Amino acid sequence: MRKIRYLLMRRFTQIGILVLYFGANAYGWKILQGNLSASSLFETVPLADPFALLQMLFAGAVLATDVIVGALIIALFYAVIGGRAFCSWVCPINMVTDLANWLRRRLGISDVQKRVYMSRNVRYWVMAMALLLSTAMGLAAFEIISPIAMAHRGLVFGMGFGIGALVIIFLFDLFVHENAWCGYVCPLGGFYSILGKFSLFRVKHDAEACTLCMKCKEVCPEKEVLFMIGKNSGSVLMGACTNCARCIEVCDDDALDFSIRSQLEQTIEQTKEKA
Amino acid sequence: MRKELPNDRRKFILSMARGVGLSAMGALVWSAYVDEVKAAPLILRPPGALDEPDFLKTCIKCGLCVEACPYDTLMLAQPGDNNPIGTPFFVPRDIPCYMCDDIPCVPVCPTGALVQDSVTTEVEDELTWDITKIDMGLAVVDVESCIAFWGIQCDACYRACPLMDEAITLQYDKNERTGKHAFLKPIVHADACTGCGLCERACVTKKPAIYVLPNEVALGEVGDHYIKGWDKADESRLKDAKGGTTVTERSNRSAVDSLNDTGDLY
Ligand code: SF4
Ligand code: SF4
Ligand code: SF4
Ligand code: SF4
Ligand code: SF4
Repeated sequence: MRKIRYLLMRRFTQIGILVLYFGANAYGWKILQGNLSASSLFETVPLADPFALLQMLFAGAVLATDVIVGALIIALFYAVIGGRAFCSWVCPINMVTDLANWLRRRLGISDVQKRVYMSRNVRYWVMAMALLLSTAMGLAAFEIISPIAMAHRGLVFGMGFGIGALVIIFLFDLFVHENAWCGYVCPLGGFYSILGKFSLFRVKHDAEACTLCMKCKEVCPEKEVLFMIGKNSGSVLMGACTNCARCIEVCDDDALDFSIRSQLEQTIEQTKEKA
Repeated sequence: MRKELPNDRRKFILSMARGVGLSAMGALVWSAYVDEVKAAPLILRPPGALDEPDFLKTCIKCGLCVEACPYDTLMLAQPGDNNPIGTPFFVPRDIPCYMCDDIPCVPVCPTGALVQDSVTTEVEDELTWDITKIDMGLAVVDVESCIAFWGIQCDACYRACPLMDEAITLQYDKNERTGKHAFLKPIVHADACTGCGLCERACVTKKPAIYVLPNEVALGEVGDHYIKGWDKADESRLKDAKGGTTVTERSNRSAVDSLNDTGDLY
């Protein structure tokens, strides 16, 4: 159980959120209505996707206060607390890409396949392009093609061809490149990487305890963020870390754990050292 | 070391060029697709919706309006529907809009894509919902397939209309073929019709002879250069009209001079 406690928690929130949305549409539950683009919590608190809002602003929309307040609430939550946690705790695509990656490891595809070169920065380019195209085309450009929104809406409001989005991402991740969609292409992941850069919730590494088994790097979907493993203690500070806790679970030596304030402490220490 | 520098720079420039090339190609495909979906004009939006271009900008595709509708009238466009994906619409032939008095679908919209002001009126200093103000489209009658235009009594659409005698009236004409019967022809009036589609749903023919089209498609536009001279209100548009005179080389002279001048012709 200890080995999968975070995995269970993540699946619980991911599926739980979907169930609440589904229930609101199908049975009229008044807990969480709408979908991940915008919703209303207990019919009072508005919530909204800050990246969708940004695109709409770039498209030149004049928006009502509700959706702006909603987007600010979500943006503040991830900026101050969650980091890029949306990706591993909320986004329904994560379950699909996790499955693809698990299969990949099981089948040893990465060992056989010649690595195609892809840059992690593609997602930031796609993000910038989404904003530019929003202005040029006069509507939120990523929202109209987003496989995340398509699949998610499909699960809540009825699927149609939305299932295709899930299948394509699954095959993309399974056969083209490890973590191809979430780790390289998805602009929403890129957006949350930037937004959550300075959040308080962080994974912390204890180099003293580390036995250099490197299981954490093997399982991490954003390996680059673990560059300090076995070298120096401290928090994982790169924004691309999704706070999924897979590294924490896989570590047999207690060299990794969550720490809420470690980033704060680290910055304070650094300033003290300088002084 | 020295020798490698230009090579590095070349690599860098080449990888930048590749990035730019890929981005340009991506942007082309992406924008072509967006253009394609945007071009679906035959879509009926929920009550109080902004004009289509602004609606597409403003709607965040949350589906809150869809969930608020008690009749399951509204749907979110799915991939494959050939409509802008994720945006709400309705198909009156399947489920029309029942024109709820309290319009539950409008106030839940968080973005302002559905405008509350457009569906309220002030009654004794108090804002109240006014469903008759909605204007989602216009019902159009295909007079070839409407049996009332054949001379058979029907009036199903007329009776289904929530704005009976305002949005649809019956026009009584003499049936010259029989000489002793009357036509009861349904006539739709654009200023009152809300586009709810209850008439389309009620129509008795195999494929409805009356159907709702978006205003953009159903309505023509006269322009300002025709004026109803018999209508005082319309004629008042002339009051501030200024006549313009075009001055050309020829109009400098009197008309007769100009006509008599054969120029270099002979
Ligand atoms: S990278 Fe994109 S698709 Fe992947 S989990 Fe994050 S938001 Fe979802
Ligand atoms: S007015 Fe009533 S029936 Fe019509 S779309 Fe809104 S909620 Fe549905
Ligand atoms: S409630 Fe408003 S923003 Fe949400 S889907 Fe309906 S029209 Fe769009
Ligand atoms: S759409 Fe038909 S039923 Fe609705 S208001 Fe217009 S004429 Fe009447
Ligand atoms: S219900 Fe159909 S057939 Fe009957 S009068 Fe109306 S349009 Fe004509």
